[in-house]
Amino acid sequence: MSTLEIRGLKVSVTTEGGDVEILKGVDLTIKSGETHAIMGPNGSGKSTLAYSIAGHPKYTITGGTVTLDGADVLEMSVDERAKAGLFLAMQYPVEVPGVSVSNFLRTAATALRGEAPKLREWVGEVKGAMEALKMDPSFAARNVNEGFSGGEKKRHEIMQLELLKPKIAILDETDSGLDVDALRVVSEGVNRAKENNNVGVLLITHYTRILKYIKPDFVHVFANGKIVEEGGPELADKLEAQGYEEYVNA
Amino acid sequence: MTALQSNLLEIHTPQGREEAWRFTPLKRLAGMHDGTAVASLLDSLKLTGALPSGVSFEKVEAEAFTMSNDAIVQRIRAFSGSVQRLTVSQNTEINEPIHFSRSMRDLQSVEFARVQIVLEPNSKATVIFENSGDLRLGEDLEIRVGAGAHLTFISLQEWGSSSVHAAHHHAVVERDGTFNSIVVTVGGSLVRLLPTVEFAGSGASTELLGVYFATEGQFFEHRMFVDHLVPQAKSRVNYKGALAGQDAHTVWIGDVFIRAAAEGTDTYELNRNLLLSDGARADSVPNLEIETGEIVGAGHASTTGRFDDEQLFYLMSRGISSADARRLVVRGFFTEIVSQIKDQVIEDRIMARIDDELAKAGAING
Repeated sequence: MSTLEIRGLKVSVTTEGGDVEILKGVDLTIKSGETHAIMGPNGSGKSTLAYSIAGHPKYTITGGTVTLDGADVLEMSVDERAKAGLFLAMQYPVEVPGVSVSNFLRTAATALRGEAPKLREWVGEVKGAMEALKMDPSFAARNVNEGFSGGEKKRHEIMQLELLKPKIAILDETDSGLDVDALRVVSEGVNRAKENNNVGVLLITHYTRILKYIKPDFVHVFANGKIVEEGGPELADKLEAQGYEEYVNA
Repeated sequence: MTALQSNLLEIHTPQGREEAWRFTPLKRLAGMHDGTAVASLLDSLKLTGALPSGVSFEKVEAEAFTMSNDAIVQRIRAFSGSVQRLTVSQNTEINEPIHFSRSMRDLQSVEFARVQIVLEPNSKATVIFENSGDLRLGEDLEIRVGAGAHLTFISLQEWGSSSVHAAHHHAVVERDGTFNSIVVTVGGSLVRLLPTVEFAGSGASTELLGVYFATEGQFFEHRMFVDHLVPQAKSRVNYKGALAGQDAHTVWIGDVFIRAAAEGTDTYELNRNLLLSDGARADSVPNLEIETGEIVGAGHASTTGRFDDEQLFYLMSRGISSADARRLVVRGFFTEIVSQIKDQVIEDRIMARIDDELAKAGAING
């Protein structure tokens, strides 16, 4: 049982015009097996929250704490956060030329498990994960994210979620750019990770449609750098009907 | 040992201000350029393995069949009338690579070597030169790719840290011939290679690939010249380099000349450099001179950049350490070209050497 605890998190970025505060005090607790949806308009700071937790160097933490089972996440380097059990499925996964998917996955699994996975079992594991996400076997030989379609990038992210087995996963707009079929396949992958690994999920999205496939236990409305309303799944229905207008203008 | 000062007064001695020499630290050339070098009479180039049938390798007295303005090549030719010559007979196709190596250690004298590779019409071969050890080598390599012939030439500079290697690799490619080369320079104190391709017949093509990795104090210069003298020839150049450490210096010059007669030319050249630390310097100069507008295409690109923070973040967010992430990115950068060698033993050895140089340079501990 793991708990990611975010308390009073404040984050700023440096721009040409000086430092700009993006997160203005975020409080959120995610436990194993729980699914939290964070919904909000564009520019509200949802992705900043995701990247700050993962440790992207662009963001400066100016206040608050983030702990995973009591350990100070903000003190950890990016790879240490992953080793502690955090995972970020990115909205725009990065191309790494010349590095094959299979080499990348095995390097990551070796780093996270502390030893190289046994080759035979590993090949089976990867094959199974790819089949489950309806990915062509030739995928493993391609360079990481290079020339991938939007859908392929997202499947690749969720494949990593299934193979790397984090305690807490942050999915940053995993639904963006997916057609209905791909959305279903990707959502099934997330649901398998919940069922098999009891992963806690922080699902960041702009739209409610992914919530038809991945059922949230909690819904948080994000606006202007903080959580402005919280509730159960019924809150998503309200957002679907009314949009974000009342929060943005509040 | 033979002193070289005699009879060579007519050869111009580079002063360092000439375009062709402006980047090269002449003081580190071991006297190859100014006639003060003491030449050894050894032929360090050795055939490794058996010679396939239809192929000969012998030492002959022979004139050069190319012209060279290079002062070092002129001194080599004035010094030696004999040539180590590899010949692949007409219509002979050799599937396994023919390997040569230089692996001696001699830092007292300079070896002035003349080598010729001749592919007779419609023959096909891969020739690999593996340079290791510590030598001072002036190398005049002439290559003739006959009509319809196909040569893949691979030159590996895995020298020890004191080597000085100045070479002109000049290929004449006849009608419908193909000359592909892969150059790898990962060792030596000073390496200066001048790959030249001269198209002598239409339908000829060339692909010049290269990688180099310079660390502290190393100077690696790759200066190519592709001469489109005839119609309908195609050239591609792609060199990738990385640098790490104080005073690591690389120079890449890509001269492509499309002469008035060279209608239907198709050419593109690319050089990319990865600067992995402060204190290193990469010079990259593509030059395209065009005398006819009747061409298929002509272009060039040159980039020099540092580690991509987004790539490192992506890899590290999967638990991969900073050092391993950097190693992966650098390996990935070079893989595109190294994988073209198509010899797993050599590819692994080059990648291991790159890993090693990276670690020594401290460039993976960001």
